[in-house]
Amino acid sequence: MEFIYGTWHWSISGFLIGVIMLILTYFGKTFGMSSNLRTMCSMAGAGKFSDFFKLDWREQKWNLTIVLGAIVGGFIAYHFLSNGTGVNINSETIAQLQELGIDTPNGKLLPDAIFSIETLQTPKGFVILLIGGLLIGFGTRYAGGCTSGHAISGLSNLQLPSLVAVVGFFIGGLLMAHYLLPLILKTV
Amino acid sequence: MKLGRFFLTGFFFGIVLTKAEAVSWYRIYEMFHFQSFHMFGIIGMALFTGIIGLQIVKRKKLKDFNGFPIKIIGKERGFWRYVFGGTLFGLGWALVGSCPGPIFILLGTGTYAIAVVLVGALLGTYIYGLLKDKLPH
Repeated sequence: MEFIYGTWHWSISGFLIGVIMLILTYFGKTFGMSSNLRTMCSMAGAGKFSDFFKLDWREQKWNLTIVLGAIVGGFIAYHFLSNGTGVNINSETIAQLQELGIDTPNGKLLPDAIFSIETLQTPKGFVILLIGGLLIGFGTRYAGGCTSGHAISGLSNLQLPSLVAVVGFFIGGLLMAHYLLPLILKTV
Repeated sequence: MKLGRFFLTGFFFGIVLTKAEAVSWYRIYEMFHFQSFHMFGIIGMALFTGIIGLQIVKRKKLKDFNGFPIKIIGKERGFWRYVFGGTLFGLGWALVGSCPGPIFILLGTGTYAIAVVLVGALLGTYIYGLLKDKLPH
């Protein structure tokens, strides 16, 4: 059972993600998680302030149901299908992170330095999470998709716009990981 | 149950992304520092599977679950929206280590702090909706 409880191999994980995209195609839908953020804004009444949110959210119930399933899937995988042996990242990465004041994974998915309740209660910790979210929400809607919509389904369909978007993901990601993140963690 | 199949697909997606550790902040950091093949392998393998699958769908003109021909919708034309939007998302992805799918999945693992990221993402989406017509696409 070790193969279930430990880190799933990239080839199996990647294959299954591809299959999930194909299953949704078979269901007559398009794989895209960030669209749900727009739907949720519509449900909250954002259509009163912008036509962009004037849509019938009931037509998106299928995608919201996927979100619900994903939440339950995360719960089951984390609580019942894990034994704390995962997240074996590169030792070089661990050393680098220590210099930035980020704790070693030791089987955790997320660093306490960014996601613990204590960090959340500090102004800096709260603002980092909120700004990260703002960039994700604004950026994905501006680009018309996220990792699932562009990097997986768009590129699988050989879409040039998706390639441009994915190059953008990496420009932003590299900039943050190499220059901005050390600056934020060390100086602020 | 018309929505049951979508719940199951989402459930499966949540398990795979958690067990693949694609929801892990550490894995995203490691990816952007090119210190592991893991995330690149996942994305590459998903693409490999997806490209072959969609080619088969197109060439065999397969029908969907309801018996209708499968049509795969192309992305809208444009350039700047993909460059600017993509880059902004990339900045957020590398900062908090999650894209929209993992935000929801991590809620399920019981990480309360991710709720702040979700609120930020909803606000960001809302702000885009307000500014949409003023932005280059």
